Amino acid sequence: MIIGDRKSLTEILDMIKDCRSILITGCKGCVTVCNVGGLKEVQVLASSLKIARKKEGKSIAIEENLLERQCDPEYIAELADVVHRYDAVLSMACGVGPQFLAEAYPTQKFFPAINTKFFGGATGHGVWEERCAGCGSCVIHNYDGLCPVSRCSKSLMNGPCGGSANGLCEISKDVVCIWDRIVKKKMEQGRLADLLTVMPAKDWSTSRDGGPRKSIREELTQ
Amino acid sequence: MSENKSGSNLERVLRAGHFAFTGECGPPKGANVGHLKEKIAFLKGNVDAVNITDNQTAVVRMSSWAASAIAVQEGVEPNFQMVCRDRNRLAMMSDILGAYSLGARNMLCLSGDHQRFGNHPEAKNVYDIDSLQLIALAKKMRDEEQFMNGEAIDVAPRLFIGAACNPFADPFEFRVYRLAKKISAGADFIQTQCIYNMEKFRLFMKMAVDMGLTEKCFILAGVTPLKSVGMAQYMARQVPGMDVPPGLIDRLKGASKGKAAEEGIKIAIEQIEEFKEMKGVSGVHLMAIEWEHRVAEIAERAQMLPRPPI
Amino acid sequence: MDTFEPQIVAFCCKYCAYAAADLAGSMRLSYPPNVKIVQLPCTGRVDIFHLLKAIEDGADGVYVAGCLEGECHFLKGNLRARKKVEYVKRTLVELGIEPERVEMYNLSSAMGPRFAEIAREMTDRVRELGPSPVKAEAFA
Repeated sequence: MIIGDRKSLTEILDMIKDCRSILITGCKGCVTVCNVGGLKEVQVLASSLKIARKKEGKSIAIEENLLERQCDPEYIAELADVVHRYDAVLSMACGVGPQFLAEAYPTQKFFPAINTKFFGGATGHGVWEERCAGCGSCVIHNYDGLCPVSRCSKSLMNGPCGGSANGLCEISKDVVCIWDRIVKKKMEQGRLADLLTVMPAKDWSTSRDGGPRKSIREELTQ
Repeated sequence: MSENKSGSNLERVLRAGHFAFTGECGPPKGANVGHLKEKIAFLKGNVDAVNITDNQTAVVRMSSWAASAIAVQEGVEPNFQMVCRDRNRLAMMSDILGAYSLGARNMLCLSGDHQRFGNHPEAKNVYDIDSLQLIALAKKMRDEEQFMNGEAIDVAPRLFIGAACNPFADPFEFRVYRLAKKISAGADFIQTQCIYNMEKFRLFMKMAVDMGLTEKCFILAGVTPLKSVGMAQYMARQVPGMDVPPGLIDRLKGASKGKAAEEGIKIAIEQIEEFKEMKGVSGVHLMAIEWEHRVAEIAERAQMLPRPPI
Repeated sequence: MDTFEPQIVAFCCKYCAYAAADLAGSMRLSYPPNVKIVQLPCTGRVDIFHLLKAIEDGADGVYVAGCLEGECHFLKGNLRARKKVEYVKRTLVELGIEPERVEMYNLSSAMGPRFAEIAREMTDRVRELGPSPVKAEAFA
C-alpha cells in the first residue's frame, strides 16, 4: 500500500492560516490501513487544529469527513454538496486525493495534510518499510524476492557496493544492505551463479523517468 | 594482456611488466587552478598516473574531467574518475568523450559515495547505471565504437578502463566474485580500497590468483599512509568499508611524541615492499590524502623511483 | 490568579486507579475536587482523540491512571496508553502548550493514598501552570 506521514501541525496551520472553516477529508484506503489518514486521524487532526485556534483566541469550523477512496471520481462526487461550504479542504489521503479533489472541484482550495512517502508494508506494529519503487518493470525474480531498485540506496543492479558493512548500508546503521541479503540468500540456496553475470543497464523509461504514466486496460474501458 | 588498448602510459607501464605506481589528487573546492597545479606538481615524475577524483565523498569540487585536462596540460597523466551518483548515461557518455578529447587516457569507474555523506545531502541522486554497467559502457564505446544504444561513435574514446575493489566490505566471500564481474564487464585494471588489514588482503589475493583473475587484469593495491592516531581511529570508525586493525592503531600510539606520521609512512613503505612480492599484485595506488608533498619521499624510500619514462 | 481552580480530567482504569479512588474515599482521604474521573475498562481504551478533546473543550490538565506496568488485566493496555499520552505531549509542544498538562500514572487498586497524592500532585502542577491557554484565550 501507499505509506505516508502526517505533515507537522505547524505546516498545516500555515496552509490554513487564512481559513475560518475547513473540511477535513480522510480516505478509507491505504492511509487508513497505515494509520495516517483514516477516521481516527481525521478526528485527531481536527481536534489539534481547534486547540491551536482556541489558543490564539480564534475559532475555526471544521467538518470531519471520510471517503471510501479519494483515488476514484465516484467517491469524490459524494462531496459535491459540502465542498463549497468551507474556505478550504484538507485531504488526508495520499497525494492522489488532493489532486482528484482539485480536478473535480476546480474553484475550491485543497491542501495535502499527508506527505506521501512510498509503497510498502507493515513490518511490525507502527512500523512500515519501503518495498517497491514503482519502476514499471519488475526485476524481483532475479534477486530472490528482494528488490534492489527500491531497497538499495543506490538502486544497484550489480551490488553490493564497497560501502556494505556487517549487513548494513553505508548511509545509516538503520538501513539494511539489501545486497548483503541478496548475496547471502543466493549462497544459502546454492544459486550464487545467478549473480555472476553482469546485469545490463535497466530501462527506466517505464519508471517516472519516462514521464507521467498511464495504465489502460481496453477490456475495461467504456 | 598483451596488445595496448589505449594510448595510456599506465597501460604501457603495466604491460611492460613494471610495478606500477599511481597517485591521487582531489580537485579544489573552487576554481583554484593554481592550487591544483601545485598538488599535481608534487606528483609529477613520482607516479605513472594520478587519479583525479570525482566529487569524492559527495562533496562538490571542480569537475574531474576539467581537473584531468589540467593535469594533461601539466604533463601528468590523469586517471579520470567517474561516479554513477551524479550523471545519467547521457552525461556519462558525453563526459567520457569530453575527457578523452582533452587528453585523458585512463578512466576509473565507481558507484560513488551516497550523497548522504556529502555537503549537499538534499540532492537527488542518479544511479541510472551502476559501476559495472559503466565499465561495460566504457568498453563498448572503446571496443565496439558504439554508444550504449548501439549507434556508431565518430572517433571512439580509447580509454584504459579501471575499476575499484574493496576487499574489506561485506559480504567478504562475495568480494572476489564481484571483482570477477568487474573484469568480465571490461575492467583492465583494478585499484583497491586502502589496505590496512594485510592478513585479510593476502587471503583475498590468494582467492583472486586461484580464480585466475590476476591473469586477466592488473591489480593495484591501495595504500594510504596514516598521519596520526586520530586519522586511524576516524578511518576505523567513520569511513564505510574501511578495516583498520587495532594492532595498527596501537603501533601508531606506540610511536614517540610527534613521530606518529613517520610511523605511518614506515607502515606504508613496509606494505609497498610486501606488495612488490605479492603474487597477483601489479602495482600500488598511493592515496596520500592532502599529503601530496610527501609522495616523492614515500616513492623514494619505497624504492619506486625512477618511474619508467613516459 | 489566586482564585484559579484548575479543571482536571482523569481517565482511570476500573481495575486499579478507579478502585483506588474508592479506597481513598472509604479511608476518608481527601483529594482536590478539581479532578473529574472518567472510568475506563482499561487505559488501553483511551484514545489520543479523547485526551485532545478534553484539552480542546477546556480542561486545564488531563491524566491517565492505569495499572502498574506489568499488571494490566489486558496485558499491555497501560503501556499503550503511555504511548498515546506521549503522542499528545508532542502535539501540545508543537502547538506551544505545556506538555506537563498531560500525564500518565500507574498505581494499583490497593494504593488509595497514592491516588489522592496523584490528584493533589496534578492539581498543584496545573495550578502552577495556570489556566490552559486554550480555555483562557478562547473565552477571553
